[in-house]
Amino acid sequence: MSTVKATRPLGPPSRLRRRFKPVKLASFITLLLTTFLMLLPLFFMVSTSLKSKREMLKFPPTFLPESWAWSNYTDIFETLQFGTMYKNSLIIAGLSVLGTLLSSALVAYGFARYRGRGNNFWFILLLSTMMLPYPAIMIPQFVLFSKMQWIDTFLPLIVPAFFGSAYNIFLLRQFFSTLPEELFDAGRMDGCGELRMWRTIALPLSAPALATVAIFAFIYSWNDLLTPVLYLSSSDKFTLPVGMASLTSSRFRIPPWHLLMVASVLAMVPIVTLFAIAQKQFVEGIVLTGIK
Amino acid sequence: MFVIKSESRRQTFYMYLFISPWLVGFLIFALYPILSSLYYSFTDYDIIHPPQFIGLANYTEMFHNELFWRSVKVTLRYTFISVPVQLLLGLGFALLLHQTLPWRGFFRTAMYFPSMVSGVAMSLLWYWIFNPQIGLFNYMLSWFGIQGPAWLMNPDTALYALIIMSLWTAGSGMILFLAGLQGVPASLIEAANLDGAGRFRIFLNITLPMISPVLLFQLIMGLIDSFQVFTQAFVMTQGGPNYSTWFYVYNLYTSAFKEYRAGYSSALAWVLLIVVMLFTAVIMRLSRRYVHYEGGSRR
Repeated sequence: MSTVKATRPLGPPSRLRRRFKPVKLASFITLLLTTFLMLLPLFFMVSTSLKSKREMLKFPPTFLPESWAWSNYTDIFETLQFGTMYKNSLIIAGLSVLGTLLSSALVAYGFARYRGRGNNFWFILLLSTMMLPYPAIMIPQFVLFSKMQWIDTFLPLIVPAFFGSAYNIFLLRQFFSTLPEELFDAGRMDGCGELRMWRTIALPLSAPALATVAIFAFIYSWNDLLTPVLYLSSSDKFTLPVGMASLTSSRFRIPPWHLLMVASVLAMVPIVTLFAIAQKQFVEGIVLTGIK
Repeated sequence: MFVIKSESRRQTFYMYLFISPWLVGFLIFALYPILSSLYYSFTDYDIIHPPQFIGLANYTEMFHNELFWRSVKVTLRYTFISVPVQLLLGLGFALLLHQTLPWRGFFRTAMYFPSMVSGVAMSLLWYWIFNPQIGLFNYMLSWFGIQGPAWLMNPDTALYALIIMSLWTAGSGMILFLAGLQGVPASLIEAANLDGAGRFRIFLNITLPMISPVLLFQLIMGLIDSFQVFTQAFVMTQGGPNYSTWFYVYNLYTSAFKEYRAGYSSALAWVLLIVVMLFTAVIMRLSRRYVHYEGGSRR
């Protein structure tokens, strides 16, 4: 037995491959089944969004629409101020991403590159704010913003992003720490200022990490319900989640499932698009920053 | 000597310059709110009129309030089932996908896809799936001859429906586990393989310790997130039926913004904060013996 083992790394890999084959086949089948289950709700989301009002109430549900009701996708813009909400959400999410990227990249750079006095203390404090539940600070923040007359404006949903977010600072700090010191020494020799080194050396090298942070920030803002529910009261300022939540309210006797699904599909579009564009960078970014 | 001192002063100066946005934000958006919420928790406060100091009354009321205890029970039950199962599923998928398999990229994307539908859109979709008459879930159960319950309309099943829904996004954990698995040195596994260790032993003695920081991170974040469930309750059940999905934060939200009792609600917030800190501290303490950090023998 031991002689066989000793020769294994030198010999052809066929033996090894054969040994793992049943495991891999079982893995493949398991993945196939679970993926099918995972994707089924999504499939029905799209298919139901294209059914007529009558067909959506059919049981068992039809896999594909009998007649494709493309008009659902225009109807929703008429029955709800869907276009306005979409625009509001895009503005808020876009500015939040910008703010998060700018501030988190600055702060993370400060933590990663400068061993200043108190570095550890502040960093541990930063990490512990990740454990601070939003509901614990929600009421005083609400009071603060109402004193500033920010109720029913987008400001409470955007401005905090410009002061950095703990999770993203942590991610970027881990990444910036891996950049070799020599790069910055070279920059210093060329007479680069500190801010310029951040902009011309650190940022361009961090595209995957920045893309990851941008996606996280976008998804967070785009999906957030509690904050806009607290701060936005007039319907022309509603974000997509607030408007969609109102769709299930009692003003419909039977929930308009087909329209609910249209809304869900449309709400997914920007996230999927973003993910498709940045997928490679996103996955790479998570691997590089390592989350540990 | 002088050179070293001025260098460290320069470092300190630039550090504070760069982290100043967060420092300011920390004061305004974390420290100030947390301290005022502590103060509000000892007051009777409706947000419009100035707060009236009432001592510990909010806290004593809480412990005699049936809805408070209901919300604690609902939230803990949800957390203790959904977080471990989500972690196991995420890790399981990651282990399956860590092998070289055909269609690996497809599987990875497909598993992660549901995580992109989180929030209200996901709640709407599953609201339909759990519909007892026309929903997908009971239709699929009927393939196996099972007559499904009324899910969200039945107090016995509503919470479990939300737990099932939460498992749908296990793919986001999978991505993090995959990243962790890629950090396990292949040489270690090869060496163990040569020593005759089986798959299971390699997993238990090498892989698991090496990815334990990722596991710990996800466990803590998962707990904190699930203590704060709100969207599902707000969109799908409004805490019902019969308070079976009366989550802690939903209770907190209704007290503050429906009943205008911001003082009582602040007391709820502080209890939440303390519980989160306790859980985190206990897990960190317990994990010290099991979690392996590269390069650091922390003895």
